This record gives sequence, structure tokens and C-alpha cells, in this order.
Amino acid sequence: MFRTVAELLQIAETEKIPISEVMIRMEIEESGRSREDIMEQMGRNLEVMEKAVERGINENIRSRSGLTGGDAKLIQKYMDSGKTLSGDTLLDAVSKAVSTNEVNAAMGKICATPTAGSAGVVPGVLFGLKPKLNPSREAMIRFLFTAGAFGFVVANNASISGAAGGCQAEVGSATGMAAAAAVEMAGGTPEQSAHAMAIALKNMLGLICDPVAGLVEVPCVMRNAMGAAQAIVAADIALAGVKSVIPCDEVIEAMHVVGRRMPTIYKETAEGGLAATPTGRRLAEKIFGSQTSSGR
Amino acid sequence: MKYRSVFDIIGPVMVGPSSSHTAGAARIGRVARHLFGTLPDKVTIYLYGSFAKTYKGHGTDIALVGGLLDFDTFDDRIVKALTLAEEMGMDVTFHEEAVEMEHPNTARLVLEKGDEKLEVVGVSIGGGKIEITELNGYTLRLSGNQPAIFVVHRDQYGAIAKVADVLAKHEINISYMEVSRRAKGRTALMVIETDQTVSQSICEEIKHLPGMLNVVTLD
Repeated sequence: MFRTVAELLQIAETEKIPISEVMIRMEIEESGRSREDIMEQMGRNLEVMEKAVERGINENIRSRSGLTGGDAKLIQKYMDSGKTLSGDTLLDAVSKAVSTNEVNAAMGKICATPTAGSAGVVPGVLFGLKPKLNPSREAMIRFLFTAGAFGFVVANNASISGAAGGCQAEVGSATGMAAAAAVEMAGGTPEQSAHAMAIALKNMLGLICDPVAGLVEVPCVMRNAMGAAQAIVAADIALAGVKSVIPCDEVIEAMHVVGRRMPTIYKETAEGGLAATPTGRRLAEKIFGSQTSSGR
Repeated sequence: MKYRSVFDIIGPVMVGPSSSHTAGAARIGRVARHLFGTLPDKVTIYLYGSFAKTYKGHGTDIALVGGLLDFDTFDDRIVKALTLAEEMGMDVTFHEEAVEMEHPNTARLVLEKGDEKLEVVGVSIGGGKIEITELNGYTLRLSGNQPAIFVVHRDQYGAIAKVADVLAKHEINISYMEVSRRAKGRTALMVIETDQTVSQSICEEIKHLPGMLNVVTLD
């Protein structure tokens, strides 16, 4: 059982196994379930993610509030023009992250990674990198175990909840998780995965949870978009050999402390940040009517 | 450690939009339903903190009711839960409370049917994971760091021994246990915290013991 990234790396290096394998073995030991069972469940999670990505890109998804929907399609169409500035891999990941969150906002079925509000980043990166890296189905399932291993450390030492730690705890964590998993899938070392996670997460410190009208739409969908882009860049930086000056566990702890000290108006109460802008307030009024209503 | 499985992080599969406010809420509702044992006639729900502020947009109300109707986090029927509850004759009212609780996503559910009453306080700690902190006014001393099960049973001698025997047979160590009952000879509740995870098959085995009514886990 590992509690920290340092312990995770230690096991990976001692047993000479990838991080995904450390996570799989821990799950087997903790739950008493078989490897086949565990792989099958993660395979089902993968299918749910695949379906959500596909729905947002191929169907006309719109949330009940009308605030989000249709942007994944727009970005995909723009990619077809062949004139993008950032390149297809990055934008593909971005559009797939957006797609997932649009489906989530429309109360569609998704897989929380680690939360629903941040559910777009990990599948966005995974399915964005798929055309480039051509992973086997097993490699894709392992991607999720690697992402899970890093998320596991964050959840137990800091937080993965916007209400407790702000968006840095949700999209920040997801971005770090995806960066670490991308490194492994691209052939990087466990240590490089940890650096990717640290580099990604440190760039999201202080990110507040300020959902307009209290919904999981604006700016959540676009935050997942940026998370997917940042994760891939962080993975590249780590694969280039760049090391995070601050070790991963300390970055996680910093995120934890920042989250604890964050005022509650910035922790999923829809009272600050973008939620408190004139447009934000106007939208809240329009969607929910009087803001001082109680009960139904 | 609060999160003990990779599937707490990659998962649950759920109907959106929020793992704490939708999936977590559905799980709290469902645990309450399983502890109560049947569809209540009336439910009063008090929401605190972030739950109270964002419940309409996140479908927390819909999800809590869906859970009370025994829907799992990924059940599409959640979206129509309020209508379905009305059709099934379950009366639900919501109250937003200003009191600051220890955790920002807390809900107190009061379930009633005839003279049967159950009060549960559930907390959604993030990523869909939940804890039950209070039961019928008593603070539970579950740490949340270890697996736990609730066994609802008929209040009669030998019940505790039978459950303990099954757990011992499977080499599961009990770290903490609390027993309580609503009225002598009626239904009683065991709250058991264990060192090892209690698998679904062991839960089923316990459920089939004489006098057992339900076994509820928080996963």
C-alpha cells in the first residue's frame, strides 16, 4: 500500500514494474479480487469514457440550462480545416475533454476521473494521444491505472473535491494524473511520470472553483479543455528530461494547504470569481429565478 | 486512508453533473433507503454548506431522491426521480441550512413511514465517496479510514454472534463495532468497521443468516 508518490516510485523501482502495475497489484491485495476482475472493471470504465467522448462529438448535446454543448463539435470542425495553431494532437485531446464534460453537464453518463467536474481531462488526453501512440487496449486500461495511482495519492494526502480544495483539487489533480499517465504510455519512466504530475499540478495552484449559477458547466468545460492541453505539454516537458524542482509530494501538500486556506466563496459555493461577475449573476438569475429561494 | 481503491479515483460510472453533488448524493440516499429497508412515505432533507448552495444545478435533490428510490449512481432514471417519487407516493421536502458543518457537502435525511423513523447524516467527501456520520441522533465513530458495513436485523439473541462468526470464518478482523436498536424486539442495527474489505459475497452470506434484513456497505 503506497501513501505517497515517493513510496509509489520506490515500489516501481524496486520491483522493476510500471506504475500501472503497482496500482493493479495494490488493488488485488486490498480488495481480494482477481486481476481479471479488476482489469475487466477498468475496461468497463474505459468503455463509458469512449462513449461519452463519441456522444459529445457526434450528437447535438446541450445542457438543460443551455449554457454548454456543441463546442466539441466546433473544435473538431476547426481541426478539419487543417489550419490550427497548436496542432492536431493537442486540439484533439482538448475537443475530447470538452466532449466528455458537455455530456456530463447534460446529465449524461460519464466516468468520474477523479470527479465528474474534472471527468474530461483524463479521457481527453488518452483518446487524444490514441491516434499518435496507437496503444493496445491493455495499454489504454493501464493508462487509467497509472492516472488512478497518482489521483489516489492526492485524494489521501490532499483533496479531490472542489468544495474542499477548489478547482486545483479537481481539474488540477486530473491534469497531473493525465500527464503522469501520458508519460508512461509514451514509454517514460516512473520518475518522469512523477515530474510530469508535479509540473502540471504546480501550474494549477490557486485555481478556484467558481461555477456560474452553481452548475458544472461554465467555466468547468473550458477548464477541462485547458487541463488536457496542459497535461500533454507537461508530459512532453518531463519526457524531455526536465525535472520539477519541487518534488511531487510537496507540490501535492502545497495544493492541500492552499485549498484549506482558500475562502469558501471560491470553493464551489458559486459566490465568487466568475460566478459573481455581472454576466454570471445574470445567468444565475435567468436560470434559477430568485437567488434567495429555499426548499423547492 | 479514506480512499482505498483505484476505483474510488477512476469511477464511479455516473449520471452527471457532479461526483460529490450528484453521485455522492445518490449514494447517500441509497444507503438511507437500505438502512430504512423500504420506500418511506415521507422524507425531509436538510442540506448544508456547498450542497445547500448548488443543489439545484447539480441535481443533488434529484440524486438524493433517486438514491431513496434505490437507484445506483449510473441509473438513467435518476433524471426523472422527482416525478417518479411523486408517482410512488413518497413525499419529499428540502431545506437549506445556514449552519456550517465540518464538511461542506452534508445532508441530513429523515425517513418516515407510519411510526417508523430513521435519521441519517451523510457526507459526500469527494469523487463520489461518502461517509455516514450520524445515525438516529448518535454520532458514529467510524473513522472513514477503513471499510465498514451496516447490518440491519431483527433484534434477537445470537444475531451479533452469527455475524461475528461469518466475519471470523473469512478471517476479517473487526476493529470497531456499535450496536443499537429503535425498540426492543423490533429492528436493530450493527455498525461494524473492519480491517479487511468485506466482499459482496460475504455481505450476501451475512444477509442470508436468520433474522438479517439487510447489509449495507458505503461503496
